[in-house]
Amino acid sequence: MSNHLKDIILKIWRQNGPQDSGRFETYKVDEISDEASFLEMLDYLNEQLITDGKEAIVFDHDCREGICGTCSLMINGQAHGPERSTATCQLHMRKFSSGAEIVIEPWRAAAFPIIKDLMVDRSAFDRIIESGGFITSVTGGAPDANLIPIPKPVADSAMDSAACIGCGACVAACPNGAANLFTSAKIAHLNLLPQGQAERYKRAESMIEKMDEYFGSCTNHGECEAACPKEISIDVIALANADYRKAKLKNRKFISRI
Amino acid sequence: MAQVLESQRGPVTGTAVAKKKRRPFLLDLYSTAVGKKYVMALTGIGLIGFVVFHMIGNLKMYLGQADMDHYAEFLKALLYPIAPKGVVLWLLRGGLLTMVALHIHAAYSLTQLNHKARPVKYQSERDYQVANFASRSMRYTGVTVLLFVIWHLLDLTWGVVNTVGADGEFIKADVYDNVVRSFERWPVALFYILANIMLGIHLFHGVWSLFQSMGWNSPRFNEWRRSIAAGIATIVVVGNVSFPVAVLAGIVGG
Repeated sequence: MSNHLKDIILKIWRQNGPQDSGRFETYKVDEISDEASFLEMLDYLNEQLITDGKEAIVFDHDCREGICGTCSLMINGQAHGPERSTATCQLHMRKFSSGAEIVIEPWRAAAFPIIKDLMVDRSAFDRIIESGGFITSVTGGAPDANLIPIPKPVADSAMDSAACIGCGACVAACPNGAANLFTSAKIAHLNLLPQGQAERYKRAESMIEKMDEYFGSCTNHGECEAACPKEISIDVIALANADYRKAKLKNRKFISRI
Repeated sequence: MAQVLESQRGPVTGTAVAKKKRRPFLLDLYSTAVGKKYVMALTGIGLIGFVVFHMIGNLKMYLGQADMDHYAEFLKALLYPIAPKGVVLWLLRGGLLTMVALHIHAAYSLTQLNHKARPVKYQSERDYQVANFASRSMRYTGVTVLLFVIWHLLDLTWGVVNTVGADGEFIKADVYDNVVRSFERWPVALFYILANIMLGIHLFHGVWSLFQSMGWNSPRFNEWRRSIAAGIATIVVVGNVSFPVAVLAGIVGG
């Protein structure tokens, strides 16, 4: 038995393009099922706008089941809205009540320029991954499964870091616009596993220095961890910081031998 | 999004990529944000050490004038006669000043970096989930502590703003008298108390934070980091605040 919410007031950021200054515009959704997801509510609003001959609101979305990391949105001052450990696509209208005023803004960071309305360009994350978020794999026949023994706790920790979907909520939520949680999760994921050891220190050094080119610095507020839809712990930041320190010392030794 | 991405990749340079000029190791490390955070953490540890020992040293006040003044004399004669009087003390002061300078420079440049990372602020109100007052106010509590330290030196080291200096000759070695004369003025005592509370707030986040920055992280002691931070902050604040209170209450110097 679903209930319906009435008179939802939406203050949504509209921006025609990267160079436009942008402004908030107010919309009203008269009635919506509380079983609707937040994105379905926006779809519904867009249908209305199109029917009225207005331009639809641009926002990022893809799988709508919390695993692709495409959706974003700063909802009432919180990345991915008020529900903990969920992406916007799995936030439902039952979290809100009739007559609620909901403010929606795009992610804001120098490295995430706004493309249009609520859509931002997160390709700075791709630059970080390109700089070291990979392993050297063997070519040839497929290896036997479980050829490399991995202790269970190590596999679990690596999996916890690998859960990162790269949505950018950590950067959006960080008061400093830092990407340490994203970068560290990617570093921890590979640096914990035996397959990642070959490039371990090169990875830590190049990914952290690439991150420096785009993002702010970590001051350990912990906002990223609270905003992360995959609940990645800031312990990975400490791990990456330790590996970066070791990398700087080790790489220096290697280089001096050449 | 692909077309946006191309503009940021720069020209393709082929295989002959120009080698980045390598700076001296420490400068290279300090040029990165994480490197600056190491500096923040390590200088922070040094300064925490100073603050704790300063507080413990000042507890001599409760033993009386002779003990307090003798302690000040002892500091000057540290390692005497291995080193001439005052040399070791000045070496320590030099270390402290270097740490203060590095701590402030790293904080300043990281703040600049962070402002650049989000040139357009959120236009609606943020709803912070876990960032606490201490972590949000590090810059303000830090600046307050710096201003306080300057006043503190003017008051008790150089005597410029001390009442002893105003109506007679300020004698640095009369530590006990100088402290009592200073704290007898209640606005000064109040300023000391407020500044020390600021210091406590700064330490509450700083001590916890340095473990993260240095990557000293282990499931075995992670839960202790908060307690260590709260413990150090409390000990320093309670100790330091007790001095002006004791003077005003007549326990010391009365």
